[in-house]
Amino acid sequence: MLWDAVQLAFTAIVRNKLRSFLTVLGVVIGVAAVIAMVTVGAGSSAQVSASVERLGTNVLVIRPGRVRMGPPSGESAPRFKLKDAEALAELSVVGFVAPQASSSYSVVAGNANTSTQVTGSTADYLTVQNWAMALGRSFEPGEEAAGTAVCVLGQTVRKTLFGSSDPLGETIRVRGLACQVIGVLSSRGAGSFGQDQDDLVLMPIKTLHRRLQGETDVTSIQVALRKSVASEDGIRAVQTLLRERREIAIGQADNFSVTDMKDFNQLLSGVNSVMSGLLSAVAAVSLLVGGIGIMNIMLVSVTERTREIGVRLAIGALEWQVLSQFLIEAVALSLFGGIVGIIFGLTMAYVAAIFLEVPFIVDGRIVAVAFLFSALVGIVFGFFPARRAARLNPIEALRHE
Amino acid sequence: MPDARPDPLIAFRNVSRSYGEGEAQVRALDNVSLTINAGEFVAIMGPSGSGKSTAMNIIGCLDRPSTGEYLFKGIPVQGLDQNRRALLRRHALGFVFQGFNLLARQSALENVELPLIYKGLPRAQRVAAARLALHKVGLEGREGHDPSQLSGGQQQRVAIARALAGGPSVLLADEPTGNLDSARSHEIMRLLQALNRDEGITVVMVTHEEDIAAYAKRLLVFTDGHLTRDEPVLERA
Repeated sequence: MLWDAVQLAFTAIVRNKLRSFLTVLGVVIGVAAVIAMVTVGAGSSAQVSASVERLGTNVLVIRPGRVRMGPPSGESAPRFKLKDAEALAELSVVGFVAPQASSSYSVVAGNANTSTQVTGSTADYLTVQNWAMALGRSFEPGEEAAGTAVCVLGQTVRKTLFGSSDPLGETIRVRGLACQVIGVLSSRGAGSFGQDQDDLVLMPIKTLHRRLQGETDVTSIQVALRKSVASEDGIRAVQTLLRERREIAIGQADNFSVTDMKDFNQLLSGVNSVMSGLLSAVAAVSLLVGGIGIMNIMLVSVTERTREIGVRLAIGALEWQVLSQFLIEAVALSLFGGIVGIIFGLTMAYVAAIFLEVPFIVDGRIVAVAFLFSALVGIVFGFFPARRAARLNPIEALRHE
Repeated sequence: MPDARPDPLIAFRNVSRSYGEGEAQVRALDNVSLTINAGEFVAIMGPSGSGKSTAMNIIGCLDRPSTGEYLFKGIPVQGLDQNRRALLRRHALGFVFQGFNLLARQSALENVELPLIYKGLPRAQRVAAARLALHKVGLEGREGHDPSQLSGGQQQRVAIARALAGGPSVLLADEPTGNLDSARSHEIMRLLQALNRDEGITVVMVTHEEDIAAYAKRLLVFTDGHLTRDEPVLERA
């Protein structure tokens, strides 16, 4: 009985392909939107948490100004100096300190040239960032102290400047400064916001300050706390020291920010929840519209098939049997929409994943939820037409023209 | 003293059926009593509005009397709800309509299987019973045809097979030849006659044609909601 109804329903769908498709378009759009967005979202948050993990969980990022995240504001606060970093390194809670400054310069090697981010820091930078060398070595303390013209290349810069040949020991020119290549970093791929993390040249911060920038400002300081230190304690110690050094009176607000990865994760999950809220709204509206479409077509179908329903009732169909037949048809329609939507959504997500360069991760649960939800739409919106069919008076139904 | 005779198959006791309320009330059937026994072949005639269709609907358990009693095999049908009457129809009644009312785009066999699906028979049994019913109406070899591929007479045979498939006690035929030409009409009537004679199936048929009614053994005539004639049909000369 059930199987017959399912077969009957699918025959009806196949017979009226265009009508069925138009009927379920709302469900298709709703399901496709959810599947596509969730899949892309899962891919990018997987990428973000991978890069957060690489950074280490007990890393603090210290910046001047009160802005926590996002684009720089016009607010000006005193910059950090290298002395601040040196003072931070003295704290017992601190394991590694990587002061950072960077500028964009054109970089030349032989006939090849590129414009890239030149970052000055210390060898601790790689430790804090949990970033491994692919070739050669990092800076030595002597080179850092003396501001020697040595540099480490990111993979993108290496490829652009040297192609497949060995860059170690070669010299590149960074805005006129001849700089010896001593190492190459391993590849990191795209960052949390889609930027290419491998597009950089790393050199000792003193080299950058003295020979290129001509100033001694530190843009940000990254600090890796010792393993046993809770990040709250670390943050407090860092804040106390910096307030003292920056001569901030008690009761006055900080003119710098200390951010740990927990904050970063919170920010990301905040963005995610806004996204999924919007997404749910879009999905709810289109599933509602889709459900109404299904209800409409089922009402038409009940009217068209009044005589058939009359015959079925006359030959002994019970109310629930007629009800379930039409309910199954409605559910078959909405499931058809759901399946088309899932395929459509995954295809869009796959294309988007390629363009956004994020991993394509299919979450089986959301596919299952979408499937069940489209069945639910069929049940809810198919119930009223099905009940109308089941409650027809067989005599009148048989007389229906 | 208990009555030794079995209940009649169909018994109307002072059955009335009215529609509407107050001034607009129409009495389609007015205080009708009749009995039909198993094995009979009854033709019901009468002008339109005479109550013959209403009587047929009540006999077929599609409708209920407003007052009076309708006993089907001794069961008081007037007290049964929609679903119980559906069960009664499923197990004891077969319907044949003027307009055939087959499901389009389903084969003859599938059409005949339909009541058996509602009975919950397993597929193999359904197919066997449907084939047997199609054989009885002389349609073997056409099981796979769609209604659109069959002539009117053949479609009505499929409908009769569908009515027979569930093994009913009564076959109810509402103007079964109304949509057929004369030659097909007589074929269908001979088939009904043979089913009544050979299979012992009770047939109750509504018609407005004398020569069709002549195939029956008993004639009931309704006029203005009353049963005005109840007489045996004489063998045709």
